[in-house]
Amino acid sequence: MSLWEYANPTRFMATTRRIVPVVAVLSALCLAVGLVWGFFFTPDDYRQGSTVKIIYIHVPSAMMAINAWAMMLVASLIWLVRRHHVSALAARAAAPVGAVMTLIALITGAIWGQPMWGTWWAWDPRLTSFLILFLFYLGYVALWSAIEDPDIAADLTSVLCIVGSVFAMLSRYAVNFWNQGLHQGASLSMDREEHVADVFYYPLLLAIAGFVLLFVTLVLVRTRTEIRARRLHALQMRARMA
Amino acid sequence: MRRLILRDLALAVRAGGGFGLGLSFFLIVVVLVPFALGPDTSVLSGIAPGVLWLGALLSCLLSLDRIFALDYEDGTLDLLACAPIPLEGVVIAKACAHWLTTGLPLTLAAPVLGVLLNLPVPGFWWLVVSLALGTPALSMIGAFGAALTVGIRRGGLLLSLLVLPLYVPTLIFGAEVARRGAERLDLGVPLALLAGVTGAVVALLPFASAGALRINLR
Repeated sequence: MSLWEYANPTRFMATTRRIVPVVAVLSALCLAVGLVWGFFFTPDDYRQGSTVKIIYIHVPSAMMAINAWAMMLVASLIWLVRRHHVSALAARAAAPVGAVMTLIALITGAIWGQPMWGTWWAWDPRLTSFLILFLFYLGYVALWSAIEDPDIAADLTSVLCIVGSVFAMLSRYAVNFWNQGLHQGASLSMDREEHVADVFYYPLLLAIAGFVLLFVTLVLVRTRTEIRARRLHALQMRARMA
Repeated sequence: MRRLILRDLALAVRAGGGFGLGLSFFLIVVVLVPFALGPDTSVLSGIAPGVLWLGALLSCLLSLDRIFALDYEDGTLDLLACAPIPLEGVVIAKACAHWLTTGLPLTLAAPVLGVLLNLPVPGFWWLVVSLALGTPALSMIGAFGAALTVGIRRGGLLLSLLVLPLYVPTLIFGAEVARRGAERLDLGVPLALLAGVTGAVVALLPFASAGALRINLR
């Protein structure tokens, strides 16, 4: 049996009907344990105080913001190569979720940055490239909703996703260069993962797992909705023809 | 291909082609900047390279939807798709014509407008160089955006939303070259990067654009 059998919408619906509740419950469990553990049962950071605890939302959402785009890229490629409709619909379903994750990362970053850096926003390379990523998400979603024919929309958004990925990487490095060019090495963003001590590390891992599962749940549910909407549309067309 | 470029040039220069539109827009943007920021010449000369780059970029955006939309509506694009030259070549010719009617005039007009903004003297040369190197990329990326949105009615706003994030690297490197040129700093690295971005865009995006056109013509 090959993986591609799940590209059959009926097969996909049957399998995901069983998977979705499991993933949803696991996600809720991971998030609840991870966040409660992180918020209430870890010590305050000696320099940052209790503000450090926003890390349990900030870091996982930022990770998912990037991974969602990567997943859309893979789904787009699968659609262009193998023409599986479920793949295109999954890419479509992931886009708004990814956009919201980007927004969460930006907002929690601003809330964290206010007490730590004394400013809500700085034109730091990381912050800037996330803002650009958000713009890419907006363009992608807008293109999907602008085209009526679903197959043409899927094709064009896939092309946009591939070209956009290249430009997003390019912008990332361009922004790095640009900021260093403006003010020498303003190292506002620290590489957090390496500095996180074990007490913070395990709840963070749980929170990340929770966000991944949450993303999977949302994408699966949204894809199922898209498939149902497509089926409904087809039935309506058939009824109109008859 | 040469015929195609000449035809597009003729269409753009004729009445209703919107040839002077981009230039006038560029002029207006540059004139509006001192109104918004005050006539202090030291402030203006500091921001002049960035403002000129931004103005040129926005003026470029104005005429993008003309690249394919009219030909798509009257069926010329279908004929071009069946023509003996590959669709990629059509895209390059169209982008080239767009550059000749917007990018090149903008590049030539930029130093004149630089006088209005009190651009420092060493900046003029590098402003022209950076615009001459960067605007082909703006036209080519714009042609890709136009190819994506050609089938959408009133897609102008969507086109801007799609194209502007793609302009980020070109704008960063181009404005950096102009700024460093005006301040007499070393500008070898951003100049090389700007040329690299333009070269890669002109080499690769015709394929993506032609792919998008084929999807739209299906």
